[in-house]
Amino acid sequence: MESSPCCQTGPSALLKRKSWNPYAVGVGIGVLSWLAFLVVNKPIGMSTEISKFSGWFASLFVGMERVTANGYWSGTKPSFGYETIFLLMTAVGALLSSKLSGTFSFEKVPAVWSAHHGPGVAKRMITAFLGGIIILYGARLAGGCTSGHGISGTLQLAVSSWVFFISMFASGIVTAALTFRNKTTRL
Amino acid sequence: MNLPVSTSSPAGLLLAGLFGLIFGILLHKGRVTDYNVIVNLFRFRDFTVLKIMLTAILVGGIGVALMMSGGLLEGWHIKEMNVLGVVLGGVLFGIGMVLYGYCPGTGVAAIATGSVHAMVGGLGMIVGGVIYALTFAWAKGSILSVGALGKLRLADVTGIPDLVWWIILVPASLLVFRFLNRRERAAG
Repeated sequence: MESSPCCQTGPSALLKRKSWNPYAVGVGIGVLSWLAFLVVNKPIGMSTEISKFSGWFASLFVGMERVTANGYWSGTKPSFGYETIFLLMTAVGALLSSKLSGTFSFEKVPAVWSAHHGPGVAKRMITAFLGGIIILYGARLAGGCTSGHGISGTLQLAVSSWVFFISMFASGIVTAALTFRNKTTRL
Repeated sequence: MNLPVSTSSPAGLLLAGLFGLIFGILLHKGRVTDYNVIVNLFRFRDFTVLKIMLTAILVGGIGVALMMSGGLLEGWHIKEMNVLGVVLGGVLFGIGMVLYGYCPGTGVAAIATGSVHAMVGGLGMIVGGVIYALTFAWAKGSILSVGALGKLRLADVTGIPDLVWWIILVPASLLVFRFLNRRERAAG
């Protein structure tokens, strides 16, 4: 029987696959959470670090002194550390994985978007930009994102995280129902 | 080596890199760096995100609970339950996630897979953080202070112990998985 590239094993063959079984990925993230708690006592999170990037960005215009005088950034000081490295290496991991599996591409307009809103690049970019503003503002109000609340918080059975998880899902379902209404497409 | 390792020590920073690298690979191999996969969750057409999250919660949660009861962990890392902030934040997050097509973590990973619109939305996230900092005094006084109940766990508010929660959550999730797998098989 001919051996297909999808079914070879070993680390490099595994990394060359386009995707893994979602349950296996879930187990992987769960085990990574054990290590995060046990080894460094720091749950996985992402949105707080992005707010620090916001601080660095603001400091280009007003200087770091005025940034750290802000009520929010005085408590979440933009400083290079554990979370910065975690974020940057998350990007490196995704880059490595997408390059090895041949899925790296400069995507401008994804298929499902295009089927409902057309192939226009500007419309997609403006929506992504606005969505980015809204998602991070929401994450800051709630105190976390899909990583910090959605996985790290829910797995500790935190009330705030389960309430966040349910609110986020309900709101996402309504938003998707309102914004994807083209019934003539299969996508 | 004494655990936990300090996150500001060289070993801690090295671990940050290792954990981040693994997280990024997992996000990409789980296909959640794909806009279509994320948006289609909210349209009930692709349940990859739900499968990954529920599995991570079960495996992670039971492991962390065992480590906690074995005295291996210093304590929980619970986020404050500010009723208005968490609900309003969750609602905004859901809107943002459908418009952006990513969440903060998968957005960062997607930028690295080449997604140009993930990059543009990433700049939006940075601006969102700036707007939050500029409105922080207002948010703190008018939003975060409404229904500020503190760091609560489900066992605290329901009186139902952790063990029972897991006895409910595990079979409930397995039923969800079975339902999703049957549905997908039926759809071909």
